[in-house]
Amino acid sequence: MSESFPGENPVNLLQLVSPEGARVASETADPWLDDVSGADLVALYQDMVVVRRIDTEATALQRQGELGLWPPLLGQEAAQIGSARALRADDFVFTSYRENAVAWCRGVGLTDIVRVWRGNAQSGWDPYSVGMATPAIIIGAQTLHATGWALGAQHDGTDSVAVAYFGDGATSEGDVSEALVFAASFQAPVIFFCQNNQWAISEPVGLQSRANLVDRALGFGIPGIRVDGNDVLAVLAATRMALRRARTGGGPTFIEAVTYRMGPHTTADDPTRYRPAAELEEWKAKDPILRLERLLDSLGLLSIELADQTRGLADAAAAELRAGCIGLPDPEPLTVFDHVFATPNATLDRQRAEYAHYLASFDSTGGKA
Amino acid sequence: MTMTTMMRPAASALLGQTSGSGGSAPRPGESLPGAPLRTPVPLAGTTTLTMAKAINAGLRQAMLDDPKVVLLGEDIGLLGGVFRVTSDLLAEFGARRVIDTPLAESAIIGTAVGLAYRGYRPVCEIQFDGFIFPGFDQIVSQVAKLHYRTQGRVSMPITIRVPFGGGIGAAEHHSESPEAYFTHTSGLRVIAVSDPQDAYGLIRQAIASDDPVLYFEPKRRYHVKGEVSPELGAPMERARVVAAGTDVTLLCYGALVSTAKDAALAAADEGVSIEVIDLRSLSPVDYESVEASVRKTGRLVITHEAARSGGLGGEIAAVVTERCFDYLEAAPVRVTGFDIPYPPAKLESHHLPDLDRILDGVDRALGRQR
Repeated sequence: MSESFPGENPVNLLQLVSPEGARVASETADPWLDDVSGADLVALYQDMVVVRRIDTEATALQRQGELGLWPPLLGQEAAQIGSARALRADDFVFTSYRENAVAWCRGVGLTDIVRVWRGNAQSGWDPYSVGMATPAIIIGAQTLHATGWALGAQHDGTDSVAVAYFGDGATSEGDVSEALVFAASFQAPVIFFCQNNQWAISEPVGLQSRANLVDRALGFGIPGIRVDGNDVLAVLAATRMALRRARTGGGPTFIEAVTYRMGPHTTADDPTRYRPAAELEEWKAKDPILRLERLLDSLGLLSIELADQTRGLADAAAAELRAGCIGLPDPEPLTVFDHVFATPNATLDRQRAEYAHYLASFDSTGGKA
Repeated sequence: MTMTTMMRPAASALLGQTSGSGGSAPRPGESLPGAPLRTPVPLAGTTTLTMAKAINAGLRQAMLDDPKVVLLGEDIGLLGGVFRVTSDLLAEFGARRVIDTPLAESAIIGTAVGLAYRGYRPVCEIQFDGFIFPGFDQIVSQVAKLHYRTQGRVSMPITIRVPFGGGIGAAEHHSESPEAYFTHTSGLRVIAVSDPQDAYGLIRQAIASDDPVLYFEPKRRYHVKGEVSPELGAPMERARVVAAGTDVTLLCYGALVSTAKDAALAAADEGVSIEVIDLRSLSPVDYESVEASVRKTGRLVITHEAARSGGLGGEIAAVVTERCFDYLEAAPVRVTGFDIPYPPAKLESHHLPDLDRILDGVDRALGRQR
């Protein structure tokens, strides 16, 4: 950065729990957490432990050849759990492909989370039953979908909110800028939840932006919050603020959750080729689960019983995921033609019939041979 | 119930604010299966309208029929669109249903996707053919694929209106024929209209369709008048014979339908009987009608303004050759725009197929070389 002058680019990172697990008081943010009980803290902790275990199991399933690919969320548990747990069932989230903890919070079945990555289907769940769209692989595209959904909610006169999850790399995509323009222009009830995990595959965030990502929002006329994305309480508070604004007609909010992708981009990636080991060590010290564990301990909420119970939950989730994944039957060949159109299509119907005939020709000769 | 599914309600007790509207987000469907098409319609009987006004009347009727129909586009509000196709709709339906958008085509399409997710039936106006490309990714990757990607759980009943084609002496990027990009894309329906009556019926059918529809409007025909009744016409996937004939089948769509009809009249003077078929639907092509005609005539000419290579004419020629080989008396002939960027206005008459070039194509199909 060049020389800066007084008053320029103020940066306030909202942090309510330090990496050492100390509760950091905040006059402005604490009121947003008044109702959060010890039991809630424990629930958040268990959520994070379980999704990390799911993540580990899915990576193992990929290594064992049961999944074609897996995008680990390791390190981003607080950003995803803290935000998704703030939502209502009638809100709707539009995510990228790494938001498996968000899917968990929305109630997506574990087998449904890996259905795509096993190659069985292009999506895993019914978006309407969980209020979560099918993930967007095209980077940033979903920010527009969230904005459009929010426009619809606004027109319908509800106070439901759309949340777009995307990463630091996505902020360079034109669609994200267009979404910010539209959302600001129409004051759409949408939250732009950017997980700045520092890396877009091999490209560091500095390549995407010279400024803090949250600073972009202001240029679009959208208020921004920069929050410690490894602090589940700060993320929860920030999301609640943004939700309140959206529900009460205040329009969109941009949240930059500063976090870190501790694992590879996907199981096909090798971060040792581009990322200094020391950086990973530095972020390991800010681990979101470790931090909440320390807070729980300081509050006297961390017991051997809780640890055992939590491990049991995590192991059960992993076992359910593994069994569900391996138990997924291969799709029938002719389903390749299903659902291209909602209405009959003569050209495609003909191709299906021709291919069915072709497949059947193997059945008959094979039977006779 | 497994342990994991049991624990999740416990964690969500944190939600605390679960009150509010409650329940889950709305699932589109119950109230809009194929959007009801009501009669009678305010288009009182048969009246004479330009094609632009006929589309306007169709949009208006669709909006009256279904409150989930919303329009999005640039300058479509007070101005009524640069071709005035959406004139007066803002005044009648308000700014929440006739949405003047910022200048961003990807966002026009992408927000339509989100609106469709919520149960709306968006109608997007792309101001000119050449401006559709910034929205191409959202159309190809999202609009076209979401029904497939979600195994039929999410429908994309989005209509994308595109003024297309040349012949108006316009600046660059204002005269293009990009339809083949979309006919090559699975999951889209692509139609092109050619006269006021068909434009009226097809815009209503397009909006009522549960599939996304690219609706191409030949801009040089916007101001040609015709009789328009409240009829929906033939189903949008069907072609129509606009001039019966026995010697040559001439396929066309959009602005060239009028030119093809003129060609049939001129050929008739020379004793050649041309069957002119307006394809209407470019995807899927109504091959049943095309094949029936070719089996009768044995000769096929296809004309479009779009570039030849990779164009719709080549695909149709291939399919007809595959299916009607024994009936063909000659190789199919294409009369198309050249494989060039759309040329300057003073050269466009050389690029665009006209009556003489179509008749030349007919001659070639008949084996009459010049």
